[in-house]
Amino acid sequence: MLSVAAAKRRPGFSLDVAFDMPTPGVVALFGRSGCGKSTLVDIISGLLRPDSGRITLDGAEWLDTQRRINVPPERRGVGYVFQDARLFPHLRVAGNLRYALSRANGAHFVDLDTVVDLLGLGALMGRRTHQLSGGERQRVAIGRALLTQPRLLLLDEPLAALDAARRDEVLPYLETLRDRLALPMVYVTHRFAEVLQLATHLVLMQKGGVLAQGGIGAMSLDPRLRSIIGRDEVGAIIDGRVLGVDAASRLTRVRVGGGELKVQTPGLETGTALRVQLLARDIIVSTGPPQHLSVRNSLEGIITEIHDDEADADLVTIDVGGTRIMARITKAATRELGLGKGMRTWALVKTVSLRGHSFTSTASPDA
Amino acid sequence: MWLNPGESEALRLSLAVATRSVGFSLAPAIGLAWLLTRRRFAGRTLVDALVHLPLVLPPVVVGYLLLLVFGTHGVLGAWLERAFGIELVFTRNGAALATAVMSFPLMVRAMRISLETVDRGLEDAARTLGAGGFDRFMTITLPLMLPGIIAGGITAFAAALGEFGAVITFVSNIPGETRTLPLALYTALQSPGGDRAAARLALLSLTLGLGGLLLSEWFARRVRRLLGH
Repeated sequence: MLSVAAAKRRPGFSLDVAFDMPTPGVVALFGRSGCGKSTLVDIISGLLRPDSGRITLDGAEWLDTQRRINVPPERRGVGYVFQDARLFPHLRVAGNLRYALSRANGAHFVDLDTVVDLLGLGALMGRRTHQLSGGERQRVAIGRALLTQPRLLLLDEPLAALDAARRDEVLPYLETLRDRLALPMVYVTHRFAEVLQLATHLVLMQKGGVLAQGGIGAMSLDPRLRSIIGRDEVGAIIDGRVLGVDAASRLTRVRVGGGELKVQTPGLETGTALRVQLLARDIIVSTGPPQHLSVRNSLEGIITEIHDDEADADLVTIDVGGTRIMARITKAATRELGLGKGMRTWALVKTVSLRGHSFTSTASPDA
Repeated sequence: MWLNPGESEALRLSLAVATRSVGFSLAPAIGLAWLLTRRRFAGRTLVDALVHLPLVLPPVVVGYLLLLVFGTHGVLGAWLERAFGIELVFTRNGAALATAVMSFPLMVRAMRISLETVDRGLEDAARTLGAGGFDRFMTITLPLMLPGIIAGGITAFAAALGEFGAVITFVSNIPGETRTLPLALYTALQSPGGDRAAARLALLSLTLGLGGLLLSEWFARRVRRLLGH
């Protein structure tokens, strides 16, 4: 468990936050620029001292202002990946990596070869840092942070300085770290696509405070998220599992709650964990089993909640066998269909987003 | 040989004095540059002013003050001689001390400018990688301020070769011991028929000074390129 509570006052800005995250896991600190995310990460690292606060990781106390405990950053065992990489210009890539490794204390869980292999750094080792591309710099920075054998990895917008292509280059490496090393991470971003791809836990920040926090699945349904990511990005995030390939359509069957979705993502083995996002705007609600439709995916469930979204639309939450999804429909539709809590419905899913990639589930050309 | 024996001796002596002068002052200059750039402490402005004082004071005054403090009857001078047998007045070590004091501000200035450009974010990064204070200074700060250390060292060396007033006041003008290039040049000008010697020594000083400055710039560029600037 990572437990953080901190308050810091500065002229024109004040931060007052508290959150807990189960470990291992990836907590995303998400919010608009200037909401205090980076300040909070500096506080967790120990580089910045809050006016008051308490930080513990799996029982180890890093900070307790009341009891005057403040472990300095060099002894906290945090790996910190900065937005601007901060590689040492007087050392080559290999030198940067060894700088971290030679100062690591505690049990070593990754060695140089593993890091070089995980992050694809082999060809870069002899380079000077100014000869690296943006994506390469960040990969080296991540590798360097890992080699300190951290108990917690902090990533402050590690992809913000990169263009879309470079982001796509680095993101899979971060997923690999999450899945292979089981290292707790705090990931700062203002891009929801990155949250969607990496986070297991979400802390929603606004104006120096925590607006809401929780597991990614529950948070994806939280109406407060909408105010930050906008109406079109709202939708359930679900960790599904590949059931196999549908013989007739050759689409991949993914288990979601009590139902299943068919998506076009070839090459995935049965049992693979697969995160899907079902955008609220892409879901149609029907009060009867779907017929005569081109939409291939439908999930049967019970309405658990209906709340106002905007002047003429409602957000309807539907429990589909233990997992909840959310649909946006017009208020007129809510009225005419007589929707209410506890009603049986069928959610027709027009599009399934897989880890940021979109797969339409309307009749595909070869189906 | 182009120079007569007395003149080559003055050249050799100048180089020896300047080397010693830079050798003495390099470490304290780095320390002071760091202190003045990175620390806020009471009396910081006063220390800063004291370091810069030789730039604005007549060199004769500096020589006179050195005599007061490090002279045979001076507080530190008497103690140094008693405790360690070190004599400064009328010796080349004394000449080195005088030139060190005079060129010290140039050295500290060059180092401060360089230190100010060192990205403190890199030191923070080193901290999160487990480097403690002294470790960070030695492995990050010092290598990154190297251009300033080199530039400061060479500039101070060149200035030390040419220091006149403080040297002649503190350690006098003794051939083979304290008669450095500028003092030899001065002596030549005072002697009848010394014009040609004076011209040669002036040309030599000019060459050394210019060479020093060019070398300093070349070194600084090389290091900057190495650091990727």
